[in-house]
Amino acid sequence: MTTSSPPPTARLALHGIRKVYPGVVANDGIDLSVSPGEIHAVLGENGAGKSTLMKIIYGVTRPSAGEIHWEGQPVTVRDPAHARELGIGMVFQHFSLFETLTVAENVALALPGRPDLRELSRRIEEVSARYGLPVDPRRTVHALSVGERQRVEIVRCLLQQPRLLIMDEPTSVLTPQAVEKLFETLRRLAAEGCSILYISHKLDEIRALCHSATVLRGGRVSGHCRPAEETPASMARMMIGKDLPHCEHSPAQGDGEVRLRLAGLSRASDDPYGVDLRDLHLEVRAGEIVGIAGVSGNGQQELLRAISGEERLAEKHPVQICGTEAGRLSAGARRRLGLCFVPEERLGRGAVPALPLVDNGLLTAARSQGLVRAGFLARGKARAFAERCIAAFDVRGGGADTAAQSLSGGNLQKFIMGREILQAPKLLVAAQPTWGVDVGAAAFIRQAIIDLRNRGCAVLVISEELDELFEICDRIAVIAQGRLSPPRDIGEASMEEIGLWMSGLWPGAETTAPAAAEAAHA
Amino acid sequence: MEGNLFTAVLFATVVAGTPLILTALGLLVSERAGVLNLGAEGMMAVGAVAAFAATHHSGSPWLGVLAGLVAGAAMALVFGFLAITLQANQVASGLALAIFGVGLAAFIGKPYESLALPAVPPIRLPFIADIPLLGEALYNQQALVYGSWALFWAVLWFLYRSRAGLVLRAVGESPAAAHAIGHPVVRIRYLAVAFGGAMAGVGGAFLSVFYTPMWVEGMVAGRGWIALALVVFATWRPLRVMLGAYLFGGVMVSQLFVQGAGLQIDFPSQFLSSLPYLATIVVLVAISRNPATIRLNSPLSLGKPYRADA
Amino acid sequence: MLRLEPRPQASRLMTWLSPLLATVLTLVAGGVLFAVLGRDPVEGLRLFLVAPLKDLYGLSELLLKATPLMLCATGLAIGFRANIWNIGAEGQFMLGAVGATGVALWAGESESALVLPGMLLGGALAGAAWAAIPAWLKTRFNANEILVSLMLVYVAQLLVSWLVFGPWKDPQGFNFPQTVMFADAALLPVLVDGTRLHLGLLFALAALVAAYVFMYRSHAGFRMRVAGEAPDAARYAGFSASRTIWTGLLCGGAAAGVAGMAEVAGPMGQLTDKLGLGYGFAAIIVAFVGRLHPLGIFLASLLMALLYIGGEQVQQYMNLPNSIALVFQGLLLFFLLGADVFIRYRLRFGSEAASA
Repeated sequence: MTTSSPPPTARLALHGIRKVYPGVVANDGIDLSVSPGEIHAVLGENGAGKSTLMKIIYGVTRPSAGEIHWEGQPVTVRDPAHARELGIGMVFQHFSLFETLTVAENVALALPGRPDLRELSRRIEEVSARYGLPVDPRRTVHALSVGERQRVEIVRCLLQQPRLLIMDEPTSVLTPQAVEKLFETLRRLAAEGCSILYISHKLDEIRALCHSATVLRGGRVSGHCRPAEETPASMARMMIGKDLPHCEHSPAQGDGEVRLRLAGLSRASDDPYGVDLRDLHLEVRAGEIVGIAGVSGNGQQELLRAISGEERLAEKHPVQICGTEAGRLSAGARRRLGLCFVPEERLGRGAVPALPLVDNGLLTAARSQGLVRAGFLARGKARAFAERCIAAFDVRGGGADTAAQSLSGGNLQKFIMGREILQAPKLLVAAQPTWGVDVGAAAFIRQAIIDLRNRGCAVLVISEELDELFEICDRIAVIAQGRLSPPRDIGEASMEEIGLWMSGLWPGAETTAPAAAEAAHA
Repeated sequence: MEGNLFTAVLFATVVAGTPLILTALGLLVSERAGVLNLGAEGMMAVGAVAAFAATHHSGSPWLGVLAGLVAGAAMALVFGFLAITLQANQVASGLALAIFGVGLAAFIGKPYESLALPAVPPIRLPFIADIPLLGEALYNQQALVYGSWALFWAVLWFLYRSRAGLVLRAVGESPAAAHAIGHPVVRIRYLAVAFGGAMAGVGGAFLSVFYTPMWVEGMVAGRGWIALALVVFATWRPLRVMLGAYLFGGVMVSQLFVQGAGLQIDFPSQFLSSLPYLATIVVLVAISRNPATIRLNSPLSLGKPYRADA
Repeated sequence: MLRLEPRPQASRLMTWLSPLLATVLTLVAGGVLFAVLGRDPVEGLRLFLVAPLKDLYGLSELLLKATPLMLCATGLAIGFRANIWNIGAEGQFMLGAVGATGVALWAGESESALVLPGMLLGGALAGAAWAAIPAWLKTRFNANEILVSLMLVYVAQLLVSWLVFGPWKDPQGFNFPQTVMFADAALLPVLVDGTRLHLGLLFALAALVAAYVFMYRSHAGFRMRVAGEAPDAARYAGFSASRTIWTGLLCGGAAAGVAGMAEVAGPMGQLTDKLGLGYGFAAIIVAFVGRLHPLGIFLASLLMALLYIGGEQVQQYMNLPNSIALVFQGLLLFFLLGADVFIRYRLRFGSEAASA
């Protein structure tokens, strides 16, 4: 957005940035420099300190030590408002939009002064046309798809004419096709002189887009590189210090019995901001892993709650678990049929943050493991069970008396996985099983899911990570706008095709025309 | 005769609804910023006592109103310090404020219990007060009644027309997002809470200086809680607060209906007195039965503490 | 420079030190208040803290006052732990008194040993029934239990008033709003001769033990705890939300009802319209200061009872309104909520960078 002739100094330079949270060093001695017009990747796995670093640059939090230079001048970024005055814009991974307000109001909130909404709407349309980011300024945000919301965020940043744009994991909410469009926009911005800090853990994307990269590991810089000159394997080694682990995956064992059947599952969402499920059909058999791909916010949450029993249906037959029509059964009753479930949110849903692991074991395993006798807790047995989960699933950083909230994301996820798998389920449903988990733990969890399948369990995995689904699934289906595509054998499916389906465009899909048009943009 | 009764009932309804409007509109603003302050009863009580004392010593009811306003805001700031700065549980902090405020008002008010204030004459608006039936009821009222109408328009304009109101609503929906785009969440919430307290204080002042010019322990009689219910009933919208407040005002003066209608049934007075409380329950049930109504209208962050650096 | 720094883990020690800190701060503030009012702070605090405990009778009065607080707070704590905000214990207490009085009046001069158990049952059931209203409206219509239970306090007050001014008024009572004095069989036996301390204390202690077993040993108590800590986790695990609401409110109502019964069958010996002494509201403070734990509630109810008696003392000897006790109680809860910040944060000296 500025002139394209680069000034001699770096736009942003960090020297020795250090951030200490109680008990954790999140950033330690970080140096980083971005030139005008450069797309610079910050690469690292979950917990490497990327988010903390970006929060420091954007003024959300202060560094404990170190210096920030902005266009050659040392600065202290006081708060996000100050960052924006300097010319730093940020597109958040979890959007900072207001659901109940219109697009124009959302943009107005981020601009100084008191912009006239009509004039502003015109400018929004102008910028969105110029950068290929279609948004309608009059619509209310809660009615927008996740992809549209991201475009609103980007447009909002661009209206402030930033000289540095921070993108935090921007592609996790996009279909592969939409990722391409985003990259075009970003390249165009860079060509106009805007610097871009691109945070990601996806190696292919970084190689396709970024001019240079800083790799973080354990809060420190583990290397600088030019992504185009590297291989994914060499960058992975910089990122995790060793080669990327792979799971052992043999083909599915024949035709098992049907353990989960969705027979015309429809449900209007209780939440006015939710997605209605429309006539879903699916079968998951013993000994196979079925994956459901999709961009978040397309009905995954609603589907999971309808299967788990957290939301009951009005009818019995649309959800059948191990041969029983379970639509009206409670979550507890469905567990007794052999269902175990790993939800997406670990803290607050899969586990009670303040309670120790012993109690978190009791949470779902009380009945199946006989941890309750005549209404009273069998503390000794509960402890033994929690310790079994800890040992079998290599949970580190605490014992049975450690509160769930003090474990790292990966270790807590391993504990929850262990708790559900050690109950020997007939059907396991897992949502985003490796979301926000470090690479080592993710590989462990994927292998555990595959091993469970090999022992004859039926597994349903709902994930937004296509790579993960292609790695572990036997069959894959796609959810879009509350509808479910027919499943595909993984050997016959391609990423491109599934990506296209994620817009709701699978053969025989009966999407209405405007919805399909909108989805094509999403 | 019929007409006189109508005018009398309408007049009494408007008077009875006024403290509810003042308090509920203040609470509405603070809840729109995401802060649930259950201490309205305490703030009203302290406002009432402060206003009574100030009026008694100064002779000026307007100094009394000012004292009520300041006292209510001061109480709200104590709550704000706990709930906003220290991030204590908002429900517990609000209950603490309610209990403390009622106790403090009883303590301060003890010496004033047997005193009375001269009644403040109403202000008769020229011309429109002569409208048959309505004029006497609506336009020959206490100044604060007109004040409550002005407050209604001011809140309406602020919330939906001003930029500050937009920011306030944004903070109430998602403080984290508001902080991320550079709005001072803590300051905005403090101001909203203080405004809510100030208006509750004025509501209390109306009770002790204008409505029944005296102080009796327990005279707020649950109006703070009713105002809280009113905000829910109104689904956080000012116009419905007005309507709801007058509805409740009508219920509170229902004795007038009964006496005026000349009913000779031996009705226990306790039953009539319990009507406002029962009505509160009824309207709460009516508005809450559809969870989507509440979900769509309530400020999304209501009652949740906000941590800047989390 | 002083600043707050988040602790990596909530401090268990501070969880229990915080009520002590709050007590100390309340006393300091109380001393300041006495000084501002032109009274001797030392003498004021002595009247509050020491004077009530100087003899056996004083101690018995303390336990007598603590009994309804203990009962109400124990019931409330069960609900509060599950985020069920029953703040209408005051009303449930009154209904308990009404239920017990109903049985006592019906029994009349009967000397049956069943009168007291009948009154106990009547009180518990009436209290629970009053709490069942918010429970039903919450589970069926999603109505906020805070406001409903609170509104019912006023209704209960008016109900008591109607009864003692109307159908239950003592015909020989010179038109005072009160019932006849109960027969001996309808009065709780005194525990220590020469005092007013009655059997109700044992009810309260039994309730504390039962609550402890329920909260920490039973699966139902565990489910309530999960519902309070993380409602989504409770739903995920398949714990019934409406059962949690019913349990929380019914326990609170029944316990408050028993407290109401113990009040009319104990020190009062009849039902009057001066029944509401704010025990139901004070019990909210007791429950919080007692950390929603039975042992804590036991101690906190003694402290609160001390404040009640201290209020009467300063009224008598210092000519201050006894509502000063309410001010102290409110301050105690304020300071507690404030001191609780140290459970999650600790004080550090110096700037952030220096400690890094």
